[in-house]
Amino acid sequence: MAITELSHYQQAILLLASLIVLTSFLMLGQSRLLRLVFIFAVQGILLAITTALAADVLDSPHLYISALLTLTLKGIFIPIMLQRLVLNMGLHRDMETLPNPARVMMGGTGLVVFSYYVCLPIVKLSPLITLNTIAISMAVVLLGMLLMITRRQAVAHVVGFMSIENGLFFAAVVSTYGMPMVVELGIAFDVLVAAVLFGVFFFHIRSSIDSLDVDQLNRLNEVEK
Amino acid sequence: MAWLLALLQTLLFIASAPLLAGWLKKVKCRLQNRRAPSLFQPYRDLRKLWRKEPIVAHPASWIFKAAPYIVLSTTVLAASIVPLIAVNLPTAKIADVVVLIGFFALGRFFLALAGMDIGTAFGGMGSSREMTVSALAEPAMLMAVFTLAMSASTTNLSVAMNYVLHTGLVLRPSFVFAMLGMMLVAVAETGRIPVDNPTTHLELTMIHEAMILEYSGRYLGMIEWASQIKLMLYGVLIVNIFFPWGIAQNFSPEALGFGALALTLKLAALTVVLGLSEVLFAKMRIFRVQEFLSFAYLLSLLGMLSHIILEVRH
Amino acid sequence: MALFFAYLSVVAALASGLAALAVDKSPGLGRFAHWLLRRWPKLQVRAAGVFSEAHYAEFHRNSLFVLLGISGVSAVLAGGGALFGGAVTTDTLPLGLPWLNWHIRFDALSGFFYLLIGLVLIAVSLYGPGYVREFEHGRHPLSVLGLFTGLFVAGMELVLLADDTFFFVIAWELMSVSSYFLVAFQHEHASNRRAAFLYLLMAVIGAMAIILAFGVLAGFSGGLTFDHFRTVKLTPVWASVAFVLALFGFGMKAGLVPLHAWLPEAHPVAPSHISALMSGVMLKVAVYGFIRFTFDLLDQVLWQWGGLVLVIGAASTLLGVLYAMMQHDIKRLLAYHSVENIGIIFIGLGLSLIYISEGQQQLGALALVAALLHSLNHALFKSLLFLGAGTIIHQTHEQNIEHLGGLIHRMPKLAVVFLIGTLSIAALPPFNGFVSEWLTFQAALQASGIGGGVLRSMVPTSASVLALAGALTATCFVKLYGVVFLGLPRTRRAATCHESVHRGMLAGPAWLAGLCVLLGVFPTPMIESLNVVTGQLLGVTLPGASALGWLWLTPVAPEVASYSASLVLVGILLTGWVCYQLLYRRGGLEARRADPWDCGFGGLNARMQYTATAFSMPIRRIFEPVFDVEETIEEKKSGPGNFQNTGLHYQLRVSDLAWPYLYAPVARVVTWLSRWVSRIQTGNIRTYIAYSFFTLLILLWGIS
Repeated sequence: MAITELSHYQQAILLLASLIVLTSFLMLGQSRLLRLVFIFAVQGILLAITTALAADVLDSPHLYISALLTLTLKGIFIPIMLQRLVLNMGLHRDMETLPNPARVMMGGTGLVVFSYYVCLPIVKLSPLITLNTIAISMAVVLLGMLLMITRRQAVAHVVGFMSIENGLFFAAVVSTYGMPMVVELGIAFDVLVAAVLFGVFFFHIRSSIDSLDVDQLNRLNEVEK
Repeated sequence: MAWLLALLQTLLFIASAPLLAGWLKKVKCRLQNRRAPSLFQPYRDLRKLWRKEPIVAHPASWIFKAAPYIVLSTTVLAASIVPLIAVNLPTAKIADVVVLIGFFALGRFFLALAGMDIGTAFGGMGSSREMTVSALAEPAMLMAVFTLAMSASTTNLSVAMNYVLHTGLVLRPSFVFAMLGMMLVAVAETGRIPVDNPTTHLELTMIHEAMILEYSGRYLGMIEWASQIKLMLYGVLIVNIFFPWGIAQNFSPEALGFGALALTLKLAALTVVLGLSEVLFAKMRIFRVQEFLSFAYLLSLLGMLSHIILEVRH
Repeated sequence: MALFFAYLSVVAALASGLAALAVDKSPGLGRFAHWLLRRWPKLQVRAAGVFSEAHYAEFHRNSLFVLLGISGVSAVLAGGGALFGGAVTTDTLPLGLPWLNWHIRFDALSGFFYLLIGLVLIAVSLYGPGYVREFEHGRHPLSVLGLFTGLFVAGMELVLLADDTFFFVIAWELMSVSSYFLVAFQHEHASNRRAAFLYLLMAVIGAMAIILAFGVLAGFSGGLTFDHFRTVKLTPVWASVAFVLALFGFGMKAGLVPLHAWLPEAHPVAPSHISALMSGVMLKVAVYGFIRFTFDLLDQVLWQWGGLVLVIGAASTLLGVLYAMMQHDIKRLLAYHSVENIGIIFIGLGLSLIYISEGQQQLGALALVAALLHSLNHALFKSLLFLGAGTIIHQTHEQNIEHLGGLIHRMPKLAVVFLIGTLSIAALPPFNGFVSEWLTFQAALQASGIGGGVLRSMVPTSASVLALAGALTATCFVKLYGVVFLGLPRTRRAATCHESVHRGMLAGPAWLAGLCVLLGVFPTPMIESLNVVTGQLLGVTLPGASALGWLWLTPVAPEVASYSASLVLVGILLTGWVCYQLLYRRGGLEARRADPWDCGFGGLNARMQYTATAFSMPIRRIFEPVFDVEETIEEKKSGPGNFQNTGLHYQLRVSDLAWPYLYAPVARVVTWLSRWVSRIQTGNIRTYIAYSFFTLLILLWGIS
């Protein structure tokens, strides 16, 4: 279905979906941790709005609750926690030298095309317009992984991980009218626990190897070089 | 009749370009808590330059003298094909938006040659940087155009605007990205902050200004005027492609008057955005500009991809 | 009629080559003259003048190029006849193998490339007499140059005529081998010999791939003529094998990345008018071969081929221009630009293949027209630039642009002609390079008609690569023109040179410049005539190309895109004139000459100018990964604590990545293999007899 045949609400969902991908790209190119966390928060908020809109379009009111949950958890709580973590650990002045953010971002567009290619058979199955966004959510997942691969800071890894979760959640919302409430609550709780655990973990890593640079963990390798 | 109207529109375009520059200056001064010069100050500057005796350096050849004429005439020609207050004018057929990019390239080519003509380091440096920046901006601009053309299936500006007018308000992700990409390109191409600083006084930090350092008198006047027209051109392109509402679709006086009013408001608003960004950002190092422009390209590319993924039937 | 002119052109080229052999036979001709004089004493006075040493040389030299010119004119006539007449003529020559005479076929596609050869050949024949005079007293006989030029031109024309594999390959090899001798003409330098050897090697490998590609078709069709090939049905796998072999073979000759390495080595070392022919025309013959093979002989088109060609074309375009940017030898720079332009042509061909495989014949025709038009345009402006570069080298004896500068004051006419070539290659409106790039863009813009989303996103991306390359070309030619013609002369040679005395050396480039402007301003008639080519190859034409009249170019439909180059030119001239009248004629003050701004220090000299290296430095830094850069700075320090800097030595070497990452490994593997094979060469005669013995045994066993 072409975009001109959709209602404005549906168009808005598509628009927000593409903005969510944009935030993923921005994260890839961002070298400062605080800004990375901020963009992550923006992504969470955009996701919450999309979920709310989807609730309206798909006429499934329980999505409103997920939207609210997403907003509080991923838009506000986890970013604030990560921000305080960064500030407490004094990482906010560190700038990670990215080898070439532009090239990584261009590579990311390749991932978008790839996820589109992979998702095309699914999309063709159903006339549901929001299904087109399944490629987008897949791209968000892949871009989150790319973020984790290209970064050395553990905090950036957490952001990447959470962004993967965002992508999965988004896919669930647009393709299946949202998961059952129980599952969603469970996942939300898991994410929360994960965030807290990561926080604790960071302090442990740092107290043992004095850094949050994950490349330092290479020293734990037991193979004789 | 229609050709006459097109000519009048072109004249209106080039005549009002200094006004836009004056307005931009006013906005920036307000934002920086300074007293602004009159809105008509650019006109006075141009008149002053035209009357002054031009000084040409000894090593300069005819290219140096011809370049301002070529720059001005290509810019004027570019202005004539962009619908300003009315669509469906016959001049829009002469060239599409790809040719429009070509016009700018032609003017820039001669200006860069003129920079090399004197045989000083400043001119060469300016030429080198200007050409580099524009080379990086070109793919982003073209990709934005592509995104637009894929929806409207035309590169003719007038037809494209008609298309947007007739489909009504559609929240196209691709248009949002293309617009953002085009804005960044416009900033780079017109030499505004953060890519270049048009008011700088230090030769080493200049891009555009270093290239035209040797110009004076009426030559400088022509180049200044051309760059004012160019700024307005990009502004008109952005507002009329992405928000064409209000533009006159027939040639009745009311429609034209309303078109002019709508355009003035749209341009004034866009200029405020530009002024705000100029006040908020600092000029970048020259080698950061590539990141800026590759981000512009990324935006346009995402626009194209989101068009393919989200906006068409599979 | 067209075929007659085509033959005439070949014969004239061959005659020119043979006539060149007579250059060293002047004593013999002298004896002949004496004999004549004894019989007709009245002729004595005139004949003595004609057969005097100097006059004879000039007469002879001119006659060579007159014959080449005749060849060029008849090639234009033949091409024009085939292109505008639209008839396909076939013929069989009683030459070649007893059971396979040479089949000749002259259709619109051959005619178009004939036209291209002819136009450039005319320019070369105007240019040549003045240019080769330099070689006359050199160490190399002019006869070699003349002979192989004639054979080279004849070879290229025969390739276009060939309609069977055997003839095609013979003509192809004639073209390759004769051009090898032209590249090796100044063989006293080791680097030239190396370049020529590399060229020959690549030509041989490419020819092998081409023969294998034909072999696939021949194997399935059971015949060797192209008519057999046209009717054969291949499985997609075998068709793909043939296609890839053809792409490899023709692409190697055309100089596609990564097979381009020979091109920037070989083209610059040949004499300049030969460089013009090689870069402008020979590469197009390779393009012709590819088009003939893919669009005419193969019965099907797969979208993967189009994608492959598109990617390779885009890579050639971008890498070609980036490497060109880093060159300071004027001819090497131009040679790398040939790689770029061939890339643009192949982008067009790739688009065409994609559209055809999607069943959109109309758009396929559009992209093919764009590619063909760019072939012609590139032939014109690249030959123009090579000839211009030849004049510059001829007059200044400098090939490095860092040693030139300010030539616009000393060679004002050449500067104008060269500027037109520069504007054309930089794809600026209203010149011809822009038209074909614009058409390529228009073809790419129709990508929404493509089914697959991946392809649909690939097409605009490759178009944006084209845009980047176009803008970088403009940058590169601002560098070239700015450093060579503008500013202050950097060496004494550049400061004291002057315009060439030989008028032809200006007339040749000027003829091409005129064509560049003509094709740029009035492209529609040429595109209309290209419709005949697409009509014969694909069965479709562009009906709407001149929907608004011949002043307007509307490749798809008037409302999709239109471009009127002539109105653009008129508009620019009119506006410029109005500005001139208003600002200067009506009370504008006369410009005053003064010293340039020197920050108040004074004493600017030529060494303080921006150099070509400095000009391209931002590009080098931004696109660093594609270059192999070696940059060393040596500082000499002295004084207490090494405080004082007494000398600074900066060395920069930028080279092609293809060498370390592709050619060197291949060369290593080949060397290793040949070492391994060479083990059978023991040097012991009894071993060799044993080889013969075992061969005999195996053969006998096989027969029984």
